[in-house]
Amino acid sequence: MTLDAFLFQALNGLSTASGLFFIAAGLSLIFGVTRIVNIAHGSLYMLGTYIAYTLATKIGGAFGFWGGIVLTALFVGVIGAAIEMLLLRRIYRAPELFQLLATFALVLIFNDMTLWLWGPEDLLGPRAPGLAGAVEIFGRRLPSYDLFLIFVAPAVLILLHFALAKSRFGRLVRAATQDREMVGALGVNQAVLFTSVFALGSLLAGLGGALQVAREPANLAMDLAVIGDAFVVVVVGGMGSITGAYLAAIIIAEVKALCIAIGVVDLGFIKFNASKFTLVAEFIVMAIVLIVRPYGLLGKPQGNVRSVAEPEAPIRPAAPLLKAFAAVVLALLLALPVVAQSSPYVMVLATDILIAVIFATSLHFIMGPGGMHSFGHAAYFGLGAYGAALLLKSAGFPMLAALLAAPAVALLGALLFGWFAVGLSGVYLAMLTLAFAQIVWAAVFQWETFTGGSNGVIGVWPTAPFNKAWVYYLLALALAVISVLLLRRFLFAPFGYAMRAGRDSALRAEAIGIDVKRIHWLGFAIAGGICGIAGGLFAFAKGSISPEAIAVGRSIDGLVMVLLGGIQTLVGPMVGASVFAMLQDTIMRQTEYWRGLLGCVILFLVLAFPQGIAGAFSMLWSRFDGKRGGRA
Amino acid sequence: MSVLTVNSLGKSFGGVRAVENVSFEIGKGEFLALIGPNGAGKSTTFNMINGQLAADTGEILIGGKSIAGMAPRDIWRLGVGRTFQVAATFGSMTVVENVQMALISHASRLLNLWRPAASLYRERALELLAQVGMQDAADRPSRELAYGDVKRIELAIALANDPQLLLMDEPTAGMAPRERNDLIKLVKQLVIERGISVLFTEHSMDVVFSYADRIIVLARGRLIADGDAAAIRDNAKVREVYFGTGKTFQGASS
Ligand SMILES: Nc1ncnc2c1ncn2[C@@H]1O[C@H](COP(=O)(O)OP(=O)(O)OP(=O)(O)O)[C@@H](O)[C@H]1O
Ligand SMILES: [Mg+2]
Repeated sequence: MTLDAFLFQALNGLSTASGLFFIAAGLSLIFGVTRIVNIAHGSLYMLGTYIAYTLATKIGGAFGFWGGIVLTALFVGVIGAAIEMLLLRRIYRAPELFQLLATFALVLIFNDMTLWLWGPEDLLGPRAPGLAGAVEIFGRRLPSYDLFLIFVAPAVLILLHFALAKSRFGRLVRAATQDREMVGALGVNQAVLFTSVFALGSLLAGLGGALQVAREPANLAMDLAVIGDAFVVVVVGGMGSITGAYLAAIIIAEVKALCIAIGVVDLGFIKFNASKFTLVAEFIVMAIVLIVRPYGLLGKPQGNVRSVAEPEAPIRPAAPLLKAFAAVVLALLLALPVVAQSSPYVMVLATDILIAVIFATSLHFIMGPGGMHSFGHAAYFGLGAYGAALLLKSAGFPMLAALLAAPAVALLGALLFGWFAVGLSGVYLAMLTLAFAQIVWAAVFQWETFTGGSNGVIGVWPTAPFNKAWVYYLLALALAVISVLLLRRFLFAPFGYAMRAGRDSALRAEAIGIDVKRIHWLGFAIAGGICGIAGGLFAFAKGSISPEAIAVGRSIDGLVMVLLGGIQTLVGPMVGASVFAMLQDTIMRQTEYWRGLLGCVILFLVLAFPQGIAGAFSMLWSRFDGKRGGRA
Repeated sequence: MSVLTVNSLGKSFGGVRAVENVSFEIGKGEFLALIGPNGAGKSTTFNMINGQLAADTGEILIGGKSIAGMAPRDIWRLGVGRTFQVAATFGSMTVVENVQMALISHASRLLNLWRPAASLYRERALELLAQVGMQDAADRPSRELAYGDVKRIELAIALANDPQLLLMDEPTAGMAPRERNDLIKLVKQLVIERGISVLFTEHSMDVVFSYADRIIVLARGRLIADGDAAAIRDNAKVREVYFGTGKTFQGASS
């Protein structure tokens, strides 16, 4: 590789950084003031690109393009304000995780709205009027528009910087970002401040998206792709710091550009193509920053992480009524193959539900009693699935051995990642776990020779007798029952108590000899291992495993399941997983727009049952019970 | 040999010298009060002794052993129990489970994944609760308790590992005067019965003067007096710190 090629890539990186900066700056600003991690921010960016495309092509000409970009930014800002006023305002007091869930529901809704309005094809906008050419730099041709982008980001950064430094609005924003208590003291102003910050952040996302219109085609996968990058940038830069976001955007974009520029590396014993590992590299940067500087490059330690949920009631062993109910459910599940003989589909759906139950219960183990809100539980699902599939295909393991090895692979991964993750808490822990999950995802996606790349591993079919759907279902049922009972047993044992002790009060726990980090680390590993069972079962149930199945969406599905069921109850995750898997399945077969519908359902549930479904039931129950006058 | 020896201890936060050149000892079975106005450095001293904060200068010996660099959980295993100024219990557990947690930890059985914890050491935990007069609340969720009761639970937790030394940072804060007296009386009784050494802070002078074996006084991070009730009462420096000159402690309690 020549120096010129290298420098050229570096320039390319800078123009990519500008898009990253716009979305990350908005995200960071919103988080700083409202403490909401807006997952829908990527959707606003995507909307920006689509709307700018429409304006540029429908109106056309220089006004359609340049004027369109400005109009788009303003319009997306208005959408942001509407989101804040109609939805978020109702849930500022809800637990952090519910807010995430609500914004994730928006992702689903926006994605399907976009599909409905613009259709599934990729849409590439026109060249930028006035900047259609290219300039010769380092012996290559760099589009003038890219050069323009390189300068827009710092210009906006400086503008924002002065706006925030000089205005009353800016002072409020900074005060709110630095001092939580201040926000309460703002009184009436708070609502206005939050709405305007949300509008400004959304405007920046819309602007960033709109500016991409001449550079890359608008497509429906942009939202999640870009939000992933944006999280990395915000976390690396430091939550709430706009300059940090710019710095981080450049670092991330340059690291990626560097990977591309380096190309094939031959270390003698191993040869790999670095340009294929851009995604892995990005998340490795984030992981390193979080480990070394937990609050990001320019971030400041945030005061106490907000207590996330209502205080939880003591856990009690299952009452006889619940035990009887569980026995009935189990009997019904065992009888299901007989009942459903005529419909093989029921067996498939039931197996999916069981897999979801294992997945959600293991996630709940660390989220609820452990208080660790993992945003990357898909990593362990993926390690289990790929572990089983590759052991079967490449190492020649028999099916059952591969399936049993799945949790071991996931356990090892969770031991490694968990060791770093338990050093953090709150949003930072969520982001680091997400980063690890993305590393796993990106590695299997980009390491084609070993994992089959985007095609995944195929032909992972169970051998007799498990090749019959109903037998495989019974195997899944057995593993699900074992997993759930094991995790439950652990929770009632000293280990589970110690985990909750560390969550309730780390100070007190340490003062009575509990090594909180160690306990939480082991808890994390156990959850990862059990989750690996779900992954292994999934691979054999589908006969294949691909990166898509272990992407960020799966981690989020897990969160939705746990929150749907109610994080404070032990049966919650099972209820949540079953409801979610059935909903997903039934809606999916009804309409092409199942994501949007699912999003609406989630929004409804979040607004109607802030305690989760099982939580709402147990509340009703205790009210009813209280009226009867019983209960200790 | 003294149970606790503190030698020229110092700690600053930024520019604030919270604790400066403080030295004192506690003998076995001694009930020692550490008093001083707000911000004098009492909690900071406690936090260094239990390992929550690292001292900038000086050394702390527990049973003759330096605790430099040790984590709170390891110091606890040396037989040091503590209660916090802002009481901390495990809100998702019942009262008795809070105490059981400490007993399980004391028995080094935290990593047990199998035995139901609710039945482990329950009897012993109930005994400890009985000692602090909380046995009736044993099965209530600890988050439902009144603050004064939480303080008593903390005492039961702190007693779970048969401590040699008990550190009690304002054990009676938030209690009614009657309750204060009762709690300190209870602690005093433990000191006598079990030979535990106690270092405690307390804003009520009545309580301090009637129960403490010895009193040390901190002001702006420095130790300004060390002696029995009579000596402290008559100490001019102490009077000045508390009331300006000329007044006495008579009837003073907060
Ligand atoms: N973590 C900290 N960071 C900065 N300053 C601190 C910190 N902890 C204590 N200080 C300061 O050190 C000094 C001593 O505080 P400390 O809490 O030890 O006092 P105290 O004697 O326990 O007071 P009180 O009776 O109010 O509990 C105070 O000026 C306090 O502001
Ligand atoms: Mg104090």
